[in-house]
Amino acid sequence: MKSYDVIIVGGGPAGLAAAISAKKEGIDSILIIERDNQLGGILNQCIHNGFGLHTFKEELTGPEYAARFIEQAAELNIEYKLHTMVCDISHDKVVTVMNREEGMVMYQAKAVILAMGCRERPRGALNIPGYRPAGIYSAGTAQRLVNIEGFMPGKKVVILGSGDIGLIMARRMTFEGAKVQCVAEVMPYSGGLKRNIVQCLDDYDIPLYLSHTVIDIEGKDRLTGVVIAEVGPDRKPIPGTEMHYDCDTLLLSVGLIPENELSKKAEVEMSPITNGPIVDESLETNVEGVFACGNVLHVHDLVDYVSEEAALAGKNAAQYVKERYGKDVQKSGEVIEIKATDGARYTVPTSIHMDNMADLLTVRFRVGNVFKDSYISVYFNDERVQHRKKQVMAPGEMEQIILKKKALEDFDGLKTITVKIEEE
Amino acid sequence: MYDIIVIGAGVVGTCVARELSKYQANVCVIDKADDVASGTSKANSGIVHAGYDCKPGTLMAKLNVRGNELLYQLAEELDFPIKKNGSLIVCTIESERGKLDVLLDQANANGVPDARIVERDELLEMEPNLTPNAVAALYVPTGGIICPFNLAIAMGENAAVNGVEFKFETEVKNIVKKDGYYELDTNKGVLETKAVVNAAGVYADVMHNMVSDKKMKIVARKGEYLLMDKELGDYFKATIFPLPGPMGKGVLTAPTIHGNMFVGPSATDIEDKEGVNTTQEIIDDLVQKASASHLTKDRLPMNKVITSFAGLRAHEEHHEFIVEEVADAPGFFDAAGIESPGLTSSPAIAEMLVGLIQDKYNFPKNENFIAKRKGIVHMEDLSMEEKNEMIKKNPQYGNIVCRCEMVTEGEIVDAINRPIGARSLDGVKRRTRQGMGRCQAGFCTPRTMEILSRELGIPMTEITKKGEGSNMLVGKIKED
Repeated sequence: MKSYDVIIVGGGPAGLAAAISAKKEGIDSILIIERDNQLGGILNQCIHNGFGLHTFKEELTGPEYAARFIEQAAELNIEYKLHTMVCDISHDKVVTVMNREEGMVMYQAKAVILAMGCRERPRGALNIPGYRPAGIYSAGTAQRLVNIEGFMPGKKVVILGSGDIGLIMARRMTFEGAKVQCVAEVMPYSGGLKRNIVQCLDDYDIPLYLSHTVIDIEGKDRLTGVVIAEVGPDRKPIPGTEMHYDCDTLLLSVGLIPENELSKKAEVEMSPITNGPIVDESLETNVEGVFACGNVLHVHDLVDYVSEEAALAGKNAAQYVKERYGKDVQKSGEVIEIKATDGARYTVPTSIHMDNMADLLTVRFRVGNVFKDSYISVYFNDERVQHRKKQVMAPGEMEQIILKKKALEDFDGLKTITVKIEEE
Repeated sequence: MYDIIVIGAGVVGTCVARELSKYQANVCVIDKADDVASGTSKANSGIVHAGYDCKPGTLMAKLNVRGNELLYQLAEELDFPIKKNGSLIVCTIESERGKLDVLLDQANANGVPDARIVERDELLEMEPNLTPNAVAALYVPTGGIICPFNLAIAMGENAAVNGVEFKFETEVKNIVKKDGYYELDTNKGVLETKAVVNAAGVYADVMHNMVSDKKMKIVARKGEYLLMDKELGDYFKATIFPLPGPMGKGVLTAPTIHGNMFVGPSATDIEDKEGVNTTQEIIDDLVQKASASHLTKDRLPMNKVITSFAGLRAHEEHHEFIVEEVADAPGFFDAAGIESPGLTSSPAIAEMLVGLIQDKYNFPKNENFIAKRKGIVHMEDLSMEEKNEMIKKNPQYGNIVCRCEMVTEGEIVDAINRPIGARSLDGVKRRTRQGMGRCQAGFCTPRTMEILSRELGIPMTEITKKGEGSNMLVGKIKED
């Protein structure tokens, strides 16, 4: 069986950044496995700009952002396979892949980096009643059809869900001459970034109806209309609030689900909140030598953070191969638990091995509701050690705190770090 | 002039067609949809019923038990998926236990083999995820699960190979009784035939009433379902039924042949024979049943629902199959009122109906009849060596298009290029399971459309979900 030091599953932004970072840490034997016909992942269909503000301090389109990483990977001679599907990852890191040329083959990895990204939640998961005609697309599928294939899925559009891809597609379809009538969002707040609401809806006078959902889908062959209604606090439709829209297209942007079927095969432990692996400060899962980063770990809203996170996973995977692989060396030092409570839904990571912690550790999280003029607080055991005011926090925007190793070391008897949202 | 036109390419129509193809007759199957199994046959529970709940002495009882036997044999001949997982009819209220004995007596009277009552301890050992309220159950080992559309596809393909013609998107507008033959007025012109088989499902009454004075009424009885992720596929081994009620067999919880699990069906009589829409009320009710441990030990996790759908049963008011030559319309044969256990009974219905046809017409035997058919290779089911052999022969089998169900390009191409091959996305989906997984075709839709376009030699804009009027795209970008 052919073997590699690090196998990276997925050649999107996370996989690329992880590979580059592992290479820079001195690992030569790296393989990226990508199922599509090019590297870059979902960025290839994100032809709008706004990528890279944090990483490159300029506004790039998705393909441009991806190209920066693809070029770097090429310069570093990182090996990759396209058109190749990973069918299985075993607990002992045997990666089974399939493609046209080689058929089904197995590779042994010392370390595996999970970078499979996420998929869109389909209509079925929402139990929207009605018919099942043509013309209902997830926003990302429509984005691919328009931006990569050059086809129009429809001309008269309603969008359900205010996820970022849906917002971006509202603008994109408008550019292409479609009439986007409205965006309905079942929650009382948007699921997407504020900047996308302004730039993709407000600028084109597309109304956003919060606390509204689609309650009926009409049309036996091709979609002919939808009924939208307001929902109460229980998210059930309120009778009498129904609005009918004639439309030939319904785009769904109702959530992203980390794509962890392979992780589960490798017996990686999952968080029921993020639907991604549970990881420590190295972004290592419960399976030794298996790391995770990007949207497979938790869904991000900015690719810059994906790249940053993935670089950390790559670096730690390299370190694992060099220092721990095959040596029966465990991570040592005190283990500190990180908890999310009071409005903070989760954190990534959820634990820290003190000896392994870098000087600074970014902990990312999301809030479960809209908070105005509230504080992000960090507690070491029961003592509040960070308290930062934010004007607005929303579930659609990822938040972060930074932990200093020195502060953790200096705190006597530290067991638990808690992230909370507080009114004062 | 055809010898026989079969109206309807559902499981009954295709089984009849295959049975007829054993004889030298000029047979044509017509259907208003673009594919086989597009009506009742595509959306049902996919159960091979054992025959315990039909009233003894009825045609339904006889054909159910015979159909059950035939299906397991035919599955080998025609290579369609079927599994004898057994059925359990579970009693959860001590005072209703007597109903199980009634069902057991019925099973015995109907000739259902090996049925027996299973007491609580054994029952919970068989199905540890069953509700602890279970008192006892009727266990019927010959109950099974099947893929209904692949039954129709297998039958249809085999019939086509044996010379039966298929005309799709052909809708019967009127039937005129002529002297010794029938004229079928369709949207594709007039077709003439000596005999007609009415296998039109929920429209069987419409067809029948065009030629007979003895009117028939078929009510569309809607059943809605929740389909759940494969993670729950082995939650139950057997098909779990509640005790039956007046509207049918009740809401079951069962594994599907493909390893998913479903909850359903509901039962609502509706006016619209095309009314396959799901409704909030019923979905809520199914969710409530599923999450309130109706038959299950646990509240089923509703975030594992991958889709909901509805199908229509062709309910005839006397709840009995009508398989006969229409008295006042010689040469017009009804296969009507084919509701549950119609799927199971379909090969037996065909056997009986073709028996009647042969009694009348006595077509000579088709000496070249090919009984066997090979289905589409499912790469996912093969060993690594077998997979590699396939890919070596045809690299398209190494290209996975649908990642949830691991369906390859090779399988999709085969599905399109077979006899009565797939013409639309739904056609590909039903033949290969492409798009049936947890992402519900989000990822593979554009890719499958490209393959359809290439193989059929039609532009992307002509690709449909399910035939005429269901185009996926409205045009190219930068175009008016």
